[in-house]
Amino acid sequence: MFDPKTTAALKKMLLVTADDHLILGHRNSEWTGLGPILEEDIAFSSIAQDKIGHALGLYSILHEHLGEADPDTLAFMRNEKEFFSAQLVEFPIGEYDFSLMRHFLFDHAAQIRFDHWALSSYEPLARLARKVKGEIKYHVFHANTWVKQLAEGNEESKARMQSALNEVYPLALGLFETLEDEQLLIENGIHKGELALQQLWTNEIEQLLGNFGLKVPTQAEAILGGRKGYHTEHLQPLLNEMTEVFRVDPSAEW
Amino acid sequence: MKIQSLDPRVNRLALDAANPYENEVLQKEEHFQTYQVFHQKKRGDKHVCVGIVHAPSDEMALVFAKEQYARRGETTNLWVVNTKNVLAMDYDDADVFSTTSEKLYRDPAGFKVNDKIEAYKKSRIDV
Repeated sequence: MFDPKTTAALKKMLLVTADDHLILGHRNSEWTGLGPILEEDIAFSSIAQDKIGHALGLYSILHEHLGEADPDTLAFMRNEKEFFSAQLVEFPIGEYDFSLMRHFLFDHAAQIRFDHWALSSYEPLARLARKVKGEIKYHVFHANTWVKQLAEGNEESKARMQSALNEVYPLALGLFETLEDEQLLIENGIHKGELALQQLWTNEIEQLLGNFGLKVPTQAEAILGGRKGYHTEHLQPLLNEMTEVFRVDPSAEW
Repeated sequence: MKIQSLDPRVNRLALDAANPYENEVLQKEEHFQTYQVFHQKKRGDKHVCVGIVHAPSDEMALVFAKEQYARRGETTNLWVVNTKNVLAMDYDDADVFSTTSEKLYRDPAGFKVNDKIEAYKKSRIDV
């Protein structure tokens, strides 16, 4: 369908975002049972499940249309260096302000990404993007409502949201790290391009956070490397925990 | 002494066996308000009250209601209403309803009209 170089770039693009969603879904599921209140515990856990579902959708495209291994093998049998998620998603959950701000910045990026993928010339991807549109819309609604609530709360909650933003923002910029041979994807109408997505994202969150009285750091430098398999010390322990049961017997039927 | 659990999430919290919150009592004003959640299955159906959520604001109530009451099965719309905005009768006044069950003439099922309807239909056919 595409030439080998374009196909390789397409696979990498799908893998990158699938890994983002899988790792963040796993991370956020660590709040299950520990959320700040019962209702939020259920909501955040449910959103974490959705993210793993989005990862599954992308791994399934890789498997069914592009000849890669099955989703379980892709998710559970790779080591740290073979994961291409942004470093943003591997950081521990921290306190709730950090997790919420990461969720806010990540899901706005995901919404912009999937909205453009819904128009992609690569039909399996466009189909998936249209399917998950509603889920991501709710994630963004959830994130916006929480960030607004706390940013406009009291002095302490506002200060904590601002410092969480300062901490998470450079990591979130890493979501838009340029992909290898990205130009081929743009030429084929498969992808809008990371820089273009980043600009849309920056405009959106700057306006929104400004409305909530928070200030996006101006001199932030993106923390890159995830797309090349460079990770912090936080990813491998997460993978060990996530894959522990699967590796006991990879052929087990569930 | 640190609590050891089989759940890695609990161990990551590095909790002390002694509970630091033991003597803390939540004051009344520290509780969130409750909101009544109304769930609509299909467009055009009535919204049905399905329960409550705790939330600090109207928008948060809607966010929570979605996951509490609409994450399974079919939903087309949700309402949330702050419980304080619900004007309710007092259970002490339940005696206003006490004789309702005797007023069968208000219940369509209280009328034995089927025989008459059947007889009428029959008479029409005969004509």
